[in-house]
Amino acid sequence: MPWRVEPRMIFWAAVLVAAALTLLNLGALGAVIWRAETGARLGAADWAAARFTVMQAVLSAVISVALAIPVARGLARRRFAGRSVLIVLMGAPFILPVLVAVIGLLAVFGRNGLFNDALALIGLPPFSIYGLHGVLLAHVFFNLPLSVRLLLQGWARVPAEHLRLSSALGFNGWARFRHIEAPMLARVVPGALAVVFLICLTSFAVALTLGGGPRATTLELAIYQAFRFDFDLGRAALLALLQAAIGIAALLLLARLTLPDTGQRGMDRVAPTPPGGLARVIDLISISIAAAFLVIPLAMVVLRGLPHVWGLPPPVWLALLQSLKVAALSVGLLAVMTGALTMGALARRWPEGVGMAALVSSPMVIGTGMFIVIHPLGDPAHWALAVTALVNAAMALPFALRAVLPAARRAEADFSRLSVSLGLTTRAHMRLVLWPRLRRPFGFAMGLGAALSLGDLGVIVLFAQTGGETLPMMVQRLMGAYRSADAAGAALVLLIVALTAFVIIERLIGGKDAGA
Amino acid sequence: MLELETVVLTQGDFSLTGDFSVPDGARVAILGPSGAGKSTLIGAIAGFVPLSSGMIRWDGARIDTRPPSLRPMSILFQDHNLLPHLSVFDNVALGLNPSLRLTRADRNAVMQAIEETGLHGLENRKPAQLSGGQISRAGLARILLRARPLILLDEPFSALGPALKSTMLDLVATIAERQGATVLMITHDPEDARRLCPQTIVVADGRAEAPADTAALLQSPPPALAAYLG
Repeated sequence: MPWRVEPRMIFWAAVLVAAALTLLNLGALGAVIWRAETGARLGAADWAAARFTVMQAVLSAVISVALAIPVARGLARRRFAGRSVLIVLMGAPFILPVLVAVIGLLAVFGRNGLFNDALALIGLPPFSIYGLHGVLLAHVFFNLPLSVRLLLQGWARVPAEHLRLSSALGFNGWARFRHIEAPMLARVVPGALAVVFLICLTSFAVALTLGGGPRATTLELAIYQAFRFDFDLGRAALLALLQAAIGIAALLLLARLTLPDTGQRGMDRVAPTPPGGLARVIDLISISIAAAFLVIPLAMVVLRGLPHVWGLPPPVWLALLQSLKVAALSVGLLAVMTGALTMGALARRWPEGVGMAALVSSPMVIGTGMFIVIHPLGDPAHWALAVTALVNAAMALPFALRAVLPAARRAEADFSRLSVSLGLTTRAHMRLVLWPRLRRPFGFAMGLGAALSLGDLGVIVLFAQTGGETLPMMVQRLMGAYRSADAAGAALVLLIVALTAFVIIERLIGGKDAGA
Repeated sequence: MLELETVVLTQGDFSLTGDFSVPDGARVAILGPSGAGKSTLIGAIAGFVPLSSGMIRWDGARIDTRPPSLRPMSILFQDHNLLPHLSVFDNVALGLNPSLRLTRADRNAVMQAIEETGLHGLENRKPAQLSGGQISRAGLARILLRARPLILLDEPFSALGPALKSTMLDLVATIAERQGATVLMITHDPEDARRLCPQTIVVADGRAEAPADTAALLQSPPPALAAYLG
């Protein structure tokens, strides 16, 4: 658009953020490569970790998406009380701290969990959650709901006319699947698989708590172990390189598969009468099982944690304070990054790409790299807060941009001519045109960033010493020390804080009723 | 007087030439097949489409080098004329002061424009609470308030029913007459041209013709226009 003079400040802010992110990724990789030359070699266990990383990510993706198909179909075509609540709930695992979910899953599937009680009741041997199936269970817990929501978008894009046509032409269930649902799934499923695969590729906290051992160690976990237990920086660096190589290769391979946004739109969204009989039973069962799988572990976190909240030892509350500091700093950084890249991306393409690839090296790789850089200069423990906040912000940035940038582009496409013809200054344009259209997605993005940061158990474990733990790290230590009562109480606190932070920040920034 | 001097507009393979003038106070329809470049022509005059060559003058002064807000015009688009999060009052007031810092006199002027376009009592509503006709009225209230000598209309009433559209065209005529403004209006309905515009510019085959008498043009249209009118 001619005549819109972009203030140079916007351009330079975007450049600065892009440079910082590039430096973070390449600098960390560079530091890692530099350390990796010192004669360290990868052993059989390390290659096993690489294989396990890819295998569990593939399995997690396939299981999550396969199970999500019947659930999404049921939710798409049935109308029942609590349906919209359930769909909202499907978004919750995304902001749920990993350790909270793990504690909930342990309460259901762990040694003394409900599931094993039930098995014992009918005389079956107990089931052990530790190892590959525990890792998969946790990944499916997180990614089944995510997949359901992604697939639901696919169903929402099937034009109502097609469904009416299928009833008018008397399609049976198979014909309906073949002509309407299968083509839609063929477009949506690859994207969903890719998203889940990429998320699981950098799994750390789940592997740390439910995996481990020679047969269930991910690369991220192996990096941490080489670091923490052997203090073998050279090997940690090689592992980090391997993780980065796999991550970048996967990203390049899968980049083309991201969700297509070209969908046909139907006249209206009134679903035609869904099929009855067997289909009805299948829908009922899929939805019920998915809901139970989601709700029971969370209910267990509340039930088991509640009696122990008041008796929590002071270090837990100190850890909460530390977590709040990290999250506050992280949200501040995220706001700057999102703002600069969104504004910069209105006039050119690169800021979007930089933001989406904000964490192309995995968190542990960046953590390792920063540790290597900081170690000779000072005590890494002093940097724990800043590094964690920065990595958390970079983690949340792609999601933030995905929420804010399309809204910004739409506002710009709809109203920039009007604003130029009226002679709005850049300031007035931002205040009157952009901000009201953006505050809602921006509030959502910042709430998400806060929850992700509060719940993250990642680079902090490389840096923090006793006394500097964040709340998730404290929960993990309590679990490791078999102080399950305190762990349960702390997990409940973590759950409440993460959800509250999300809601408060989203409301504060987004406003109750922003825009029409 | 609006003058286009050997103006050439190019967008990819598409190109449009225009070389004509429009006298002060004239009301001119722009007619032609879709894709012929009607919106491109209006966009060039408004400042959204850069000229490949030639120049545009207003009262002898060159305006094609100025940003849109400094050209002597107000424009109504087909859509998105109102910001959905601002009230009718604020949307109209944008025409007076884009930063919405208004003096008492400003506020009175805004209210007067709102009343004169028949929106009295609706000034606190958001656009989502207005009907299509009321949205058009709010757009026109802003044009009235800005009082620029050139009014550009890029099919702003095309979604309205026939009776409502006639009312809006009459409102445009009233505003233009009172301010002695020149009107350029894109339309695809010859009846609109007959109702509001004594003159018509035909845009077809890469050329924007000089304004000609609307009645005569519609009586015996040139081949390109005849094909379009059917």
